[in-house]
Amino acid sequence: MIASGRISYFARRLLGSIVLLVIVLSVVFIANRQIGDPALMVLGVNATEEDVADVRERMGLNDPFLVQYGRFLKGMATGDMGGTFRFGMTGALTHGDLPDSRATLPIAAERLPATLLLAGVTIAFSVFVALPLGIYAAVRPRKFGDRVVTVLSLAGVSIVEYWFALILILVFAIQVDWLPTSGYGTAAHLVLPVLALSLRPIGRIIQITRSSMLDELAKPYVTAARGRGIPVQKIASVHALKNAAIPIVTTIGDETATVVTGVIIIETVFGWPGIGALTVDALKIRDVPLIEATVFLLVVMVLTINLIVDLLYTVLSPRVRLGQQS
Amino acid sequence: MTAEMPTVEVPVTGEERQARVTWRHVARALVREPVVLLAVIFLAVLAIAVVFAPWLAPYDPLQPNIFSGRLAPLSTVPGPGGVDQFHVLGTDALGRDILSRLMYGARPSISIALGAVALSAVVGTTLGLFAGFYGGRVETVIMRIVDGIMAVPSLLVALYVLFLIGGGVVNLVLILAFARWVVFARLARGITLSYRESSLVEAARSIGATDLRIILRHILPNLVAPLLVLATLEIALLILAEAGLSFLGFGLQPPEPSWGLMIARGREYLREAWWMITFPGLGLFLTTLSLNLFAGWLRTITDPVQRWRWLI
Repeated sequence: MIASGRISYFARRLLGSIVLLVIVLSVVFIANRQIGDPALMVLGVNATEEDVADVRERMGLNDPFLVQYGRFLKGMATGDMGGTFRFGMTGALTHGDLPDSRATLPIAAERLPATLLLAGVTIAFSVFVALPLGIYAAVRPRKFGDRVVTVLSLAGVSIVEYWFALILILVFAIQVDWLPTSGYGTAAHLVLPVLALSLRPIGRIIQITRSSMLDELAKPYVTAARGRGIPVQKIASVHALKNAAIPIVTTIGDETATVVTGVIIIETVFGWPGIGALTVDALKIRDVPLIEATVFLLVVMVLTINLIVDLLYTVLSPRVRLGQQS
Repeated sequence: MTAEMPTVEVPVTGEERQARVTWRHVARALVREPVVLLAVIFLAVLAIAVVFAPWLAPYDPLQPNIFSGRLAPLSTVPGPGGVDQFHVLGTDALGRDILSRLMYGARPSISIALGAVALSAVVGTTLGLFAGFYGGRVETVIMRIVDGIMAVPSLLVALYVLFLIGGGVVNLVLILAFARWVVFARLARGITLSYRESSLVEAARSIGATDLRIILRHILPNLVAPLLVLATLEIALLILAEAGLSFLGFGLQPPEPSWGLMIARGREYLREAWWMITFPGLGLFLTTLSLNLFAGWLRTITDPVQRWRWLI
């Protein structure tokens, strides 16, 4: 019964996410149609009137609003979000022709692996660094080591990521030439973007690990275990960590969602061919369908991460887990 | 926080507890935390430099000088009228003094952050208070909106809206406030909920206090301290957000000196002039670090449980 409760909870959350996605994209759809004539955007300001009229007709801009909106929703559901206005197109547009534009969703989707790689490595690296540091600080509260870790974590959340990225480039790519300044392909290309992106999650995960471990270590069972002579490091890493896991997992999830959008700036700095850099490009060249596609994918990614965190939360929560066994 | 218990004199009598916290207590608590003291001093110096920039800045932040482009820090060049010009932090590509630009550049960043936080705090707290106090359908609607805005990445929202309506100070304030009022609403609602059924509210109601009076006189005062802490953290966050948006070219526009824009321009001269990006970035880093340190300290001294340990 509890298990079915979990499934129905999850189904409700999934439905909520889909509703939110539709709302966000509808707002984007309506707003995008207020900023100018798409036909003019395709053809440029020098287009003749007949050309514009022709393109308007082909793009379906003369249809009633609701028809266009229905087409947009259908396109979203079927993954066909229309062709790009200008991204990746070369040469002048010929008379009357709709540009042989590529569909936007594949353009955006093929950028996903690069972004997921960057975000995944960043989060894995952050957890790998931050979790031990947070536990280390929690078992030695107010000692020198704790203070150093605390200040480091604060510095991590205070730094300007793209500035730190530029400083890293300055030091490691320009001064000593150990690593490439930008690009994609090898592990060496990953090092600087991951370092720049991971400072903030590292700081946040250290903070939450430290504080929830401190709360946990103050509980009677820990005192009892210490009284039996079990070393505090063992209690911390085996028993207390398990009980402190929920806030830590929640924070890791939040940070994953933040990193997925944090890549927007870092990808631009490092010329990383991910969806973040594509989003900025699409906005800069005002390519409306491409903007819709990138916003769609970014929001879907963030909502998916939130859903996964919710699911993990119900799995980790002892009440749910134990209820299931009985 | 409670892993070890230092022995402290905790006031036990009612009179002691009621003793008013004076500024002297606060100042003493500050001196005891040298790192926080440094942060507060930095913020004070920054505030003075920013407010009095027109009088304190050594040079005009917008005046280009073709003879002094990209000078390293601590350079002296002959200026107009035979007076030597000294550039402590060097000059940018157009020969403009970096220190002066830093002082002026902090103005838009800080005013945008302060304005957006003030707006989001007022809107968010009001809605959160009413949602928490009255519950029912109003609460459901408000909190659904809050959840929705929270689930969508704010950086993306801000970028997109700036793309639609253009940058500039007012637009940035509105967009950042729109993205962030939800955190204030959540906090205000949470605290209000915990007081709604409390005996202090019941007592006030039993002597005939109106809802408005209960909200303003009995619930709002309990919100002030946590709201102040949250507002400080939000200022730090929004300074970074504004810098990021301006860096991408969607926030403030040149020639306005802004820290984010200075880094964006300096990026083009990364190889030749490290000082062009280093100082604005350091300014941002130290400002947000100081605000974060200050917020942590503020949280401790306003916490009713921990407060006496730190203040006396």
